[in-house]
Amino acid sequence: MENRITKLFARKKKNILSVFYTAGFPTLQDTVSIGIHLEAAGVDMIEIGIPFSDPIADGPTIQESNKIALNQGMNVELLLNQVAELRAKLKMPIVLMGYLNPVMQYGVEKFCTKASAAGVDGLILPDLPIDEYVKHYKELMESLNLSISFLISPTTPDARIKKIDALSSGFIYAVSSSSTTGAKKEFSKEQQDYFRKLQSFKLTHPFLIGFGISNHKTYSQACEYGAGAIVGSSFITCLKESKNQQEDIHQFVQSLIS
Amino acid sequence: MNYNVDESGYYGQFGGAYIPEMLYPNIEELRENYLSIMAEPSFQAEFNDLLKNYVGRPTPLYFAKRLSERYYATIYLKREDLCHTGAHKINNTIGQILMAKKLGKEKIIAETGAGQHGVATATVCALMGMECIVYMGKLDMERQRPNVERMRILGTKVVPALSGNMTLKDATNEAMRHWINHPTDTHYIIGSVVGPHPYPDMVARFQSVISEEIKKQLQNEIGNPYPDYVVACVGGGSNAAGAFYHFLSDEHVNLIGVEAAGKGVDSGESAATTALGKAGVLHGSKTLLMQTADGQVIEPYSISAGLDYPGIGPMHAHLFETGRVQFINVTDDEAMNAGIELSRTEGIIPAIESAHAMAALKVMELTKDDVVVINLSGRGDKDLESYIRWGKY
Repeated sequence: MENRITKLFARKKKNILSVFYTAGFPTLQDTVSIGIHLEAAGVDMIEIGIPFSDPIADGPTIQESNKIALNQGMNVELLLNQVAELRAKLKMPIVLMGYLNPVMQYGVEKFCTKASAAGVDGLILPDLPIDEYVKHYKELMESLNLSISFLISPTTPDARIKKIDALSSGFIYAVSSSSTTGAKKEFSKEQQDYFRKLQSFKLTHPFLIGFGISNHKTYSQACEYGAGAIVGSSFITCLKESKNQQEDIHQFVQSLIS
Repeated sequence: MNYNVDESGYYGQFGGAYIPEMLYPNIEELRENYLSIMAEPSFQAEFNDLLKNYVGRPTPLYFAKRLSERYYATIYLKREDLCHTGAHKINNTIGQILMAKKLGKEKIIAETGAGQHGVATATVCALMGMECIVYMGKLDMERQRPNVERMRILGTKVVPALSGNMTLKDATNEAMRHWINHPTDTHYIIGSVVGPHPYPDMVARFQSVISEEIKKQLQNEIGNPYPDYVVACVGGGSNAAGAFYHFLSDEHVNLIGVEAAGKGVDSGESAATTALGKAGVLHGSKTLLMQTADGQVIEPYSISAGLDYPGIGPMHAHLFETGRVQFINVTDDEAMNAGIELSRTEGIIPAIESAHAMAALKVMELTKDDVVVINLSGRGDKDLESYIRWGKY
């Protein structure tokens, strides 16, 4: 079976909107309904965060959502069950994003097998070194039709960008600045130079720009250079303040894309 | 058996560099350069000069006569407590600030739990005229007020870590986040043999001056560089790494690491990582880690703020797994009693971390000919408040 991520990027080359949210936040059962609302609102792909006690690549917004989700009892097993439920109601690609340790304790092989069976299309594991991936997990993930996206940042050397491109499947996650996650108002000239450089590399895989995307301006700037954008922290803030998720999610997505 | 780090940054199955890509260039820069910089004669000259004239090295290897009589053995104390700033931590911060300068960095960040590493970092930053930010858990800032003020007097900005449980683990998270946000001009001085490769190896090498001196001093004292035992406390494990380093391949020297059992290993309030931990990934390396079945990191507890870290350095995880180092643990009360005992037999009030190492004497089966070296990693001034609160003296 063809991977839904590969299919999406083959069909849509521009303006892809991928939205990140933390599993089990704001309440434990929201994982499923948020995904459904996002698809209805016109989002192309979702990334569901596996909560971890020590998320060092994340800023305060996502970190707090992790803590709340964990306090409510979120764990890998429950998440995979929720994803299976979500998959039955959803057409778009589902990516799971999380730190290595919870996945490792669950068992990487068991995790990948169950995730694939639940209808997950791709993984992002920010603290999995690419050499470890090649040595231990590449074969496994490929056999399960799970794509893997690695991160690159403005400080990633050119040669390494190309290495990451060669090892990625699906898409590349281009971090917009040297920073942890968090909303920003607009991109600087340096950031845009970096996006242009990525564009000029003509990489094998499409790249999505993430970190710091919070409004129409940053979204459209990201879309100008990459295949699209990933939105996380500002969506978590939206969920945190939301009284009516369906309506607020719709409005949030509209405010980005139009 | 090889106990040192291999070419890919591992100690057996432990170690590595499990870091987000944003940190890769920093770690790679350090990995490519640390050994050659440390080998440079100009680096060596400045490092050794500062250790001698600023830190006050070599620290004495003191024959503890009354303690020896009490335990029917020959007991020496390696007096790291006499280092400038009161603990072994400064051996590493001197090394790393010189490393940072060689790498062309302008700013320094660090994490601290009890504040000893923070003070040692603030000290060398003042010495070198470098800007310094120390992350410290908000709760630790309240518990260790004097060290916060010491850092401030030294010109360092102390930033409270407000995430998680607001202790050492969270301060480390915040420091790593800061580094992700300031990757080019900043060096992160990690305070223990933890973190992504090459930190554990680099810190162990800077601390290895401890065992280098012990060997020389013992040779002078007893005509033989090899004790029967070397004992050190282990939180992250930097003083133990330094005290064990040059004895690792001398397999006839018994090495004992003492962890903090807190209120008891099974009490749920403990920091005895080798007893309670499983292999996992935290702060950039694979190591033994106290965690839930779901892989969430457990907040450790010890009366000693320097020992309540949920992991241990990957080198120690390997030394534990191979059996090269015997790990034991002692409770708060056992450590405090040992601290009082040392105060009254030798006139030395130890840091509560080091009091844990002293408490090993009670469970070691010693004979009269045994030569024991205990690494007295720090002095007790900073812990006066804890001694007073404990109160049983």
